[in-house]
Amino acid sequence: MAFEYPQVLFKNRKPDRAATLEEYRQSGGYEALQKFIGGAVSPGEVIKIVTESGMLGRGGAGFPTGVKWASVPGSGAFPRYLVANADEMEPGTFKDRVLMHADPHCIIEGMTLAAYSFSASKAFLFVRPSYESGAVILERELENARQAGFLGKNILGTDFSFDIVVHRSGGRYICGEASALLNAIMGKRPNPVKPPPYATEKGLWEKPTVVNNVETLANVSHILRNGPQWFKALSATPQGAGTKLYGISGKVARPGAVELPIGTRLSEIIDVHCEGLAKGSTFKACLPGGASTRFMTADHYDIPMDFEDLKKIGNRLGTAAIMVFDQNTCLVGATLNLLEFFARESCGWCTPCREGLPYMRELLRRIEYGEGKEEYIPNLRMLCKQVWNSYCALAPGAAEPVISLLDFFEDEVRQHISEKGCPFHA
Amino acid sequence: MLPDQLRSKLREMIAGAESPREKAIDVMYAIQELQGWMNDEAMVEAAQLLAMSPLELEELATFYDYIYRSPVGKFVIKVCDSTVCWLEGQLRLTDYISSRLGIGLGQTSADGLFTLLPVCCIGYCDRAPAMVINKRVYGNLTPEKIDRILAQLAQKADFSGSE
Repeated sequence: MAFEYPQVLFKNRKPDRAATLEEYRQSGGYEALQKFIGGAVSPGEVIKIVTESGMLGRGGAGFPTGVKWASVPGSGAFPRYLVANADEMEPGTFKDRVLMHADPHCIIEGMTLAAYSFSASKAFLFVRPSYESGAVILERELENARQAGFLGKNILGTDFSFDIVVHRSGGRYICGEASALLNAIMGKRPNPVKPPPYATEKGLWEKPTVVNNVETLANVSHILRNGPQWFKALSATPQGAGTKLYGISGKVARPGAVELPIGTRLSEIIDVHCEGLAKGSTFKACLPGGASTRFMTADHYDIPMDFEDLKKIGNRLGTAAIMVFDQNTCLVGATLNLLEFFARESCGWCTPCREGLPYMRELLRRIEYGEGKEEYIPNLRMLCKQVWNSYCALAPGAAEPVISLLDFFEDEVRQHISEKGCPFHA
Repeated sequence: MLPDQLRSKLREMIAGAESPREKAIDVMYAIQELQGWMNDEAMVEAAQLLAMSPLELEELATFYDYIYRSPVGKFVIKVCDSTVCWLEGQLRLTDYISSRLGIGLGQTSADGLFTLLPVCCIGYCDRAPAMVINKRVYGNLTPEKIDRILAQLAQKADFSGSE
């Protein structure tokens, strides 16, 4: 049937509960573990296959997964650590939550195979407080995996030992940033740290550490079981690889997370898989990849949603969290809300972010509430540039919706200024 | 003073870690589960167990959204005020909860049951508007649903009080 695609990460998804270990095994689960770890295939071979598959990290930056694993130096110290990032705190993003609730064992098996590739002995699965239900599911299923011999000491009777602990966060956006995340796990204030050294050389407790997003890790066992060519062929575009979990929210008829070939067009995602716009809504704009991507107008309604095509128009796939805004949404108000988030969640470590974001929020607030002036527009543009001097990528991310608001909806901003108030509240 | 039973549970928790302070958040969560918030005495005792100075632990306690350094109600209601919830009427809902409980943001109800706080995106945008109470999430909120949830929680509080 048209518009029905192979389900990989969501194939065991159920409406009301997580898939059990037994159900996961029936769908081919833990076969890759048997073949690669049980069969003592070299770790280098695992990295080679994942690199060949073209898998790009699903946490937002799109870095090649195999390349990241290969960057752990062979001479690197032990013990080595793996971190699965399930912090997912950017507004609009929720696909990792759905994945943890759907098929926890594909995350566990993927993590174990990833750890095998660079000889890690321990992993931290970092979970935010509002995902406590996910943390509980994972702790339960980790124990089931241990009982079955898939995790823990001497996995499948081999000399490879590896275990995973769930690490609960205290809840702050910055913890999703890889270097801040490592500080958070070590019980330090989660400030970001600029490389070098890279975490793959000196990460947790100065030992080699790889940080991967949970969706990235969940793909690993499927790639190893079915081969890199199979994975590439899942993509809707020639340059892409794999499926992608898209999380759609806002003014669509049926918000939710769906698994589709990476590069599926935005029009298909919304019109078919979300059953169109919400009743009475017409498409005005969307943020295609979470709060730190640029507003995208109806001009790109047909764009293939993958890393390459969004880069071509100066945007980013990010976390593929698509937030849809309709004709009745005030985009100045929406941007003000986003900056409220970013300013509040700034970790405060560096000045451009700590001072710059509240300043931008204040200018937007004045514009929204009728106290705006013409000069605020160039001021905002300047601030968007200045925050690039910040320590990590989060402040430049915060500038993306602001600069794109000015690029595509300057008339709407000016209308707020000239009419001394929000035209949507009139 | 922390009860002996909790203290030994915390010691056990810390013993399994790579380094003691790795468990800082878990330790504070466990203490909060017992007494709601981290008072000064608990901070000093927890820091000792974690081989940290109280100041180092303070850096964490005041940084995170889910650690409380002042008293909170038995149920901490955090209403998501980020983009999609805002789009779906979060402002009206917050006002509704506020008037139902007779408290503003950052306040605790006189009976000590509820504290109301705003919180950044909780990752339930597909069920906006949403809120989290303690660590449980409630989505697709309407005034009727909020009435139901608040009534259920108030009842729960009675039960535990009579135990």
